[in-house]
Amino acid sequence: MLAKRIIACLDVRDGKVVKGVNFEGLRDAGDPATLARRYNTEGIDEIVILDVTATVEARQARAHTIAAVAREIFLPLAVGGGIRSEDDAAAAIEAGADKVSLNTAAISNPELITTLARRYGSQAVIVAIDAKLQDGRFAVYGRSGQSETPRDAVEWAREATARGAGEILLTSIDRDGTKAGFDCELTAAVSDAVNIPVIASGGAGSFEHFAEVFTTGRADAALAASIFHFNEKSVTELKQFLHSKNIPVRL
Amino acid sequence: MLERQAHGAHAPEHQGPVVIALVDYGAGNLTSVRKALAALGASVWTPTVPGELARAHGIIVPGVGHFDSTRGLTADWRAAISATVADGTPLLGICVGLQWLFEGSTEAPDVAGLGVFKGTCFIFTGSESARLKVPHVGWNSLTMPRATRLMAGVAPGTQVYFTHSYAAPVVDETAAVCEYGTAFSAAVERDRVSAVQFHPEKSGPSGLHILGNWLRDAR
Repeated sequence: MLAKRIIACLDVRDGKVVKGVNFEGLRDAGDPATLARRYNTEGIDEIVILDVTATVEARQARAHTIAAVAREIFLPLAVGGGIRSEDDAAAAIEAGADKVSLNTAAISNPELITTLARRYGSQAVIVAIDAKLQDGRFAVYGRSGQSETPRDAVEWAREATARGAGEILLTSIDRDGTKAGFDCELTAAVSDAVNIPVIASGGAGSFEHFAEVFTTGRADAALAASIFHFNEKSVTELKQFLHSKNIPVRL
Repeated sequence: MLERQAHGAHAPEHQGPVVIALVDYGAGNLTSVRKALAALGASVWTPTVPGELARAHGIIVPGVGHFDSTRGLTADWRAAISATVADGTPLLGICVGLQWLFEGSTEAPDVAGLGVFKGTCFIFTGSESARLKVPHVGWNSLTMPRATRLMAGVAPGTQVYFTHSYAAPVVDETAAVCEYGTAFSAAVERDRVSAVQFHPEKSGPSGLHILGNWLRDAR
């Protein structure tokens, strides 16, 4: 049976893992390779490196961070932040990434999704959607949550899928870093709208939140950062909890 | 190390690292496969012409993405791979590399596979009652219908990492079965030809164990 994936996100700036609340107020959480090694031991299913400031500061994801993490793990590794062109994606993949995650670049240049899917296959292309509840709908934001777009999250997920995306990484800006739980309404709406896997992100604070997003939220994978970084919860314990709730996980 | 004394099954225990040819036909990223092989102590190189395959202790045909990309395995590569396989050199196909060892795929009907295994690869389709997300991405469990060298020491239920939309049918040579809406070949083995649909290089300790099993064949 296909397991629900638990993904650790490393938000990286200047080679260090940082984490903020609602995309702001970053604090230092340590060395990416050290964290990756710990997560690997604890049984994490996948790692995502996001250079959270890359797009804003017009900087590409750092190849050496990718390589340092890739050296530590024999697990799927995705990289996002600052992937704006085919060359950026190629550099990340050459450095050891299995997948690239497109966000702002996909919004401004949706054709890039198709270009990368043709070159590397859909399984290598994640489209990241940052969404915020606004006037009764989920509005898509670009530039690390800073600029509103006219797009609707559900419609954009459908379009990204049609253009060749292999997975959707869906982040609730409202919940990000709050530990108030994943946005199950948003996640279920997108998961039902597309036939590709949806990774839920933003708001993980307890084991129950993961169980909820896999059941009510119909997520295929769940991503968290701060809940793991600061040793608040271990991946091992989380998986044992989910297993006890009859949610299929890799043990 | 340019000439080998003997091939495959007949090779004596040799000194130094096992030398693996990683065939690069332009289908995606070889970095993680290379890294995993290096971690297991193998020496890896990417041959630039088919003639170089003769000096390999083992050959890996990797692949991610579209079956159409296997067009890059032109007639001379196919001939060289077939010849080394006939000589007894171990071959390992990974992902699209497994599919290529079958007769073909509905993903690119005009591109022929090598046809070592009978059958055509098919796309996953769900049903009304069981909605299926495609690609099949993530960790899924294996069952072993028979004992093989490749899957030796792998317990039933072991989970490995998959990412693919097309799959090969279960055949007599199937070494591991996985279920995603339907049963498909997660691994196959016949003589010295082995292949896996999952990514052993991204499947943690279990994946490295399986790659290690294959590398032992190449020694």
